[in-house]
Amino acid sequence: MATTAARRFGRRLVPSVSRRRFSSSAAGDALQRTQNHPSLNLCSAINQALHIALDTDPRSYVFGEDVSFGGVFRCTLGLADQFGKARVFNTPLCEQGIVGFGIGLAAMGNRAVAEIQFADYIFPAFDQIVNEAAKFRYRSGNQFNCGGLTIRAPYGAVGHGGHYHSQSPEAFFCHVPGIKVVIPRSPSQAKGLLLSCIRDPNPIVFFEPKWLYRLAVEEVPEHDYMLPLSEAEVIREGVDITLVGWGAQLSIMEEACLDAEKDGISCELIDLKTLLPWDKETVEASVRKTGRLLISHEAPVTGGFGAEISASIVERCFLRLEAPVARICGLDTPFPLVFEPFYLPTKNKILDAIKSTVNY
Amino acid sequence: MALSRAASSPSHGGLLKPLAAAISASFRRPISTDATPITVETSVPFTAHNCEAPSRTVETTAQELVGFFRIMALMRRMEIAADSLYKAKLIRGFCHLYDGQEAVAIGMEAAITKKDSIITAYRDHCTFLGRGGTLLEVFSELMGRQAGCSKGKGGSMHFYRKEAGFYGGHGIVGAQIPLGIGLAFAQKYKKDESVSFALYGDGAANQGQLFEALNMAALWDLPAILVCENNHYGMGTAEWRAAKSPAYYKRGDYVPGLKVDGMDALAVKQACKFAKEHALKNGPIILEMDTYRYHGHSMSDPGSTYRTRDEISGVRQERDPIERIRKLLLSLDLATEKELKDTEKEVRKEVDDAIAQAKESPMPDPSELFSNVYVKGYGAESFGADRKEVRAVLP
Ligand SMILES: Cc1ncc(C[n+]2csc(CCOP(=O)(O)OP(=O)(O)O)c2C)c(N)n1
Ligand SMILES: [Mg+2]
Repeated sequence: MATTAARRFGRRLVPSVSRRRFSSSAAGDALQRTQNHPSLNLCSAINQALHIALDTDPRSYVFGEDVSFGGVFRCTLGLADQFGKARVFNTPLCEQGIVGFGIGLAAMGNRAVAEIQFADYIFPAFDQIVNEAAKFRYRSGNQFNCGGLTIRAPYGAVGHGGHYHSQSPEAFFCHVPGIKVVIPRSPSQAKGLLLSCIRDPNPIVFFEPKWLYRLAVEEVPEHDYMLPLSEAEVIREGVDITLVGWGAQLSIMEEACLDAEKDGISCELIDLKTLLPWDKETVEASVRKTGRLLISHEAPVTGGFGAEISASIVERCFLRLEAPVARICGLDTPFPLVFEPFYLPTKNKILDAIKSTVNY
Repeated sequence: MALSRAASSPSHGGLLKPLAAAISASFRRPISTDATPITVETSVPFTAHNCEAPSRTVETTAQELVGFFRIMALMRRMEIAADSLYKAKLIRGFCHLYDGQEAVAIGMEAAITKKDSIITAYRDHCTFLGRGGTLLEVFSELMGRQAGCSKGKGGSMHFYRKEAGFYGGHGIVGAQIPLGIGLAFAQKYKKDESVSFALYGDGAANQGQLFEALNMAALWDLPAILVCENNHYGMGTAEWRAAKSPAYYKRGDYVPGLKVDGMDALAVKQACKFAKEHALKNGPIILEMDTYRYHGHSMSDPGSTYRTRDEISGVRQERDPIERIRKLLLSLDLATEKELKDTEKEVRKEVDDAIAQAKESPMPDPSELFSNVYVKGYGAESFGADRKEVRAVLP
């Protein structure tokens, strides 16, 4: 569990980061106003987390395609210079090999932070993640594990990425007991969550919202801090409907909440943060209060993680629900090139669904 | 009487130099249709692994050389125009340009027929053109228009041309290689003497899929030619940083291989002809094409951080595939400077016209968002106000 890990690695949770600190909107209007922490974008926040991870644990390694040059998104810039090519290094172009190698490295008690260049390219490594990483501990009766493994991969739409630079594959991994799936929504969240993931004793897939790498800017505390895994966060309180999302989609959802407010609808917005294992209690408590639930993600609606949330909440809150659970997600098509705006769960689609759910 | 002239300068390692004296003007009119055989020697010898290298003496004609010049100039111009369109935001998505590597696409085409199949990765514009695709289809696809070769649904990385055996552009590095082996298996069954060319990069050569594909191809004696387009970089990674042995033609171990000067269209043609015969008789073979891309990896890469400007300009000056053919045509007196300049002007205009026409082509109909996910009338169908729901229907 996350808490155990956090305790073991000396969790230093900053209260100022954990609550109601939601920025990451595309306009970069940071809601966070803490005392003079430097403003960072999400990419730099990731860089800082990796820096701290390498600095605080001599047995941590960062590797992946072009990583020692900074990687295609520059998230690993400067790390090789500072920590040396033996700890921060390029791999050949071979995702299956990269993850398998990371599992072995982690099995010897190291922290292996593997980068997959785009989440779209994680599939060659799917077998390693599903069959090797996730089941190592279970099938060896706890003799072996690869808990030190963290796989980072940028995911999601960027406006014009087309079929293979836009996908959100999180749901595939949420079907795999034995791994954790974590997605941050903003720079300060990204830093704290990534450090928790790297130090968590379970293998983790950490998806980074690449649309926000440069767009999301907020104040990020400079010191070493971790944010708890498997704990959702209510980032906006409301009484009429609960909205659940993660990653870049939250900023779209928040815009819809603001518009709904103008129509007198009070929305509660929850950032799930960890998708597996997820924090049912926080979502349940919120739905008990509002009686309505809307889930939104970029991945296609069918078989998306929204389906799992919907089913669980219906099981728990059946008598309390005043309307069917709404899912505003990507369409059941491959991620399109020219039709991206039609495909995506936009603010207006969410707003319409908020209204129809509230007026059901 | 066959007019045969060996042209070579192996000791200088430079461009081809004709041994024969210049031929009088009366011999060569009209240039573009002169089909008299000429022989030319490649400037760099082939290096073979587990096979006998083919001869360096390549047979060609004035017609072929002029054709090479024209289509390579067209490809070059097309890619440069795509660069500008991308910068003008008329092309979205990811876009990978082929300029510098033209000789591979055209040399290969010169040796094979449209019954043979080709499958490649995302750097596919010129391969498509080589397979008989049109500029209008190229620019329309790049800009996501209906007149594109994939109806505007694929974009730069996903060009296809079924009628010419072009199984297209694939986005996942290395994934197309085993597909090419499957094509070859089907071809073997057809017994129509056709083969399959599976192209991949030096970066892709490190994917496990290549080795799985090689084993299957060799195990079943498939008529498959694995073409490693070694442009020496996979994104920003130089070949030697990623490969213990960058001798890609040898990396099939039990599969024979040939290293080819991929900047020399005639050498590529000779190698592909040889490889096709080999594959039909003996099974798979690897062709490593030593080539170079002038542009960065994709439009977001300036292409100058991981290699020197000198390296790039050195290749341009000494190995450029178009200049090589230009010099050959001039030295053999098969064309004048002016004729070649005029050709370049013509292709420029062709490209401009195609772009103008492509801009007229409409965007795909919004309903195309949902078409081709499954076979029409079979399986599933999307419906509902936002087509959110999927209904399965049996045919
Ligand atoms: C499985 C996979 N991993 C990573 C990528 C990202 N990527 C696209 S092209 C490329 C480099 C490929 O280099 P090479 O095979 O040499 O081909 P070239 O681009 O030089 O033609 C990478 C890493 C991808 N498309 N697919
Ligand atoms: Mg390459």
